[in-house]
Amino acid sequence: MKTNELKNIIPLISHNLNENIVVVSNKQLFFSLNCLKLHFNYQYSLLSSISGVDFLGKNYRFAIVYDLLSLTFNRRIRVKTFVNEITLVKSITNLYINANWWEREIWDLFGIYFDNHPDLRRILTDYGFEGHPMRKDFPCYGFIELRYDESKKRIVVEPVSLSQEFRLFTFQTPW
Amino acid sequence: MTLKKKDLSRELKNFTINFGPQHPAAHGVLRLILELDGEIVKKADPHIGLLHRGTEKLIEYKTYLQALPYFDRLDYVSMMAQEHTYSLAVENIGKIAIPRRAQVIRVIFCEITRILNHLLAVGCHAMDVGAMTPFLWAFEEREKLMEFYERVSGARMHAAFIRPGGVSYDLPIGFLDDLYIFCNQFNLRLEEIEEMLTNNRIWKERLVDIGVVSAKKATDWGFSGVMLRGSGIVWDLRKTQPYEIYPEIDFSIPVGNNGDCFDRYLIRVEEMRQSINIIEQCFDLIEPGSIKSSNFKMGTSYRAEMKSSMEALIHHFKTYTEGFILPSGEIYSATEAPKGELGVYLVSNGSDKPYRCKIKAPGFGHLQALDTMARGHMIADVVTIIGTQDIVFGEVDR
Repeated sequence: MKTNELKNIIPLISHNLNENIVVVSNKQLFFSLNCLKLHFNYQYSLLSSISGVDFLGKNYRFAIVYDLLSLTFNRRIRVKTFVNEITLVKSITNLYINANWWEREIWDLFGIYFDNHPDLRRILTDYGFEGHPMRKDFPCYGFIELRYDESKKRIVVEPVSLSQEFRLFTFQTPW
Repeated sequence: MTLKKKDLSRELKNFTINFGPQHPAAHGVLRLILELDGEIVKKADPHIGLLHRGTEKLIEYKTYLQALPYFDRLDYVSMMAQEHTYSLAVENIGKIAIPRRAQVIRVIFCEITRILNHLLAVGCHAMDVGAMTPFLWAFEEREKLMEFYERVSGARMHAAFIRPGGVSYDLPIGFLDDLYIFCNQFNLRLEEIEEMLTNNRIWKERLVDIGVVSAKKATDWGFSGVMLRGSGIVWDLRKTQPYEIYPEIDFSIPVGNNGDCFDRYLIRVEEMRQSINIIEQCFDLIEPGSIKSSNFKMGTSYRAEMKSSMEALIHHFKTYTEGFILPSGEIYSATEAPKGELGVYLVSNGSDKPYRCKIKAPGFGHLQALDTMARGHMIADVVTIIGTQDIVFGEVDR
């Protein structure tokens, strides 16, 4: 794959074609993926996964990462786009059918809204769960806890109470 | 009272049933909302997440070494294959080269894991469909294989054996001899299982032309592994994007013709034969040497050395308390796990903990195609299709 050739076709913001990573703007995302899927020279016909990454503190705090695979040319490419909480990201379910659950997962865990998605429900967390747990500002131990109450004979939901304060050790390793 | 014609004819609504979350054929905690017209499935809506443990979130709070055992517990029938993928991701970011003996040991265990997984897949699939015997035979063989796990790591299942920088222990004395004995008798066991199933009329009636996936559909749905090969696409990451010592090994990729459940069953059986073949080739390739990368700043050090060497003690203390630091970067490392392409998307920000570790589980991709695969089939075929997809909820729900 030639860098210049890809640049002519897709409006890239930045790229690192040694590792096959391209960054496109949110507006150009659908177009870019469409090109990569259907262009004869690329044929990235298989969507491996869509991941979200939360870079807390940045202006566009979320990265959405599309890992594509071309079976014809035995190539992988990673398409990234950066968004924030209020950006509408266009769903690519029309393009890749299996984006459906991956996008649901990102909506569930990161709270990024996908426009035009056929069925944007929570997928991994519990029915009625609140919050988006993979965000960096969501604490590891969560906000609520469930337990079986012997006197009430049912499961009760309570705010989480830690018997020991949550500890996170980070070291400035001298190595 | 006279009956009116209006009362006699009645509009029938589709019947909606709740399959699971506790159902022996659901392979775990799958809640499936099935919309039925008589016995025909009109729509299948899988509800997953009942086994969600927040693995990805927990990994962000652990050092690179502490994160490893979570990978055993994702797909709890192909444990080492996942440790392997994660270790490869860490090694690729850290540019850690691992010695050859470790690579051969890894390949041996990846293939043992593949047999472990396929035995369970075929055995449980047969049991879901109604054949009890192959399941029992398969579990006997699984028990032997798990003993190999135990001998090398001390744990029957969650081994934490393949680690960044190599493997954690060397093979015990006599291990390869016993593995050789196992390989010699396994083909016979496999033939017994096949004898019960392959030409069995009931088994064929339940599997042939059920859950047909065309090659186009398989790529559209992002299938991988056996599900992709069953549809006639020659794609195996061990061949196409090889890792470890797979380029040196001669093995073939079984591919299906029709893309139905029966083809996928045949592929699984043949893959087990190929795995035995690979292990036998590894016997010739294995040579004495170290089993860990010599860069003890990344990865673990030898415990025996710790007793006599001060540096080794320091390394040991540092790696097991603080962990090690990886340079910042990102990688998507994918391997051919028994169920399909297992990917780990690892983002490192130059600290001692992964910034983000996304696990691309093959089962997650396959399960979302359950609706298209099951639509139009009878309700009993849903069980066959779940079986053929080889779903394990540890990895789907993460």
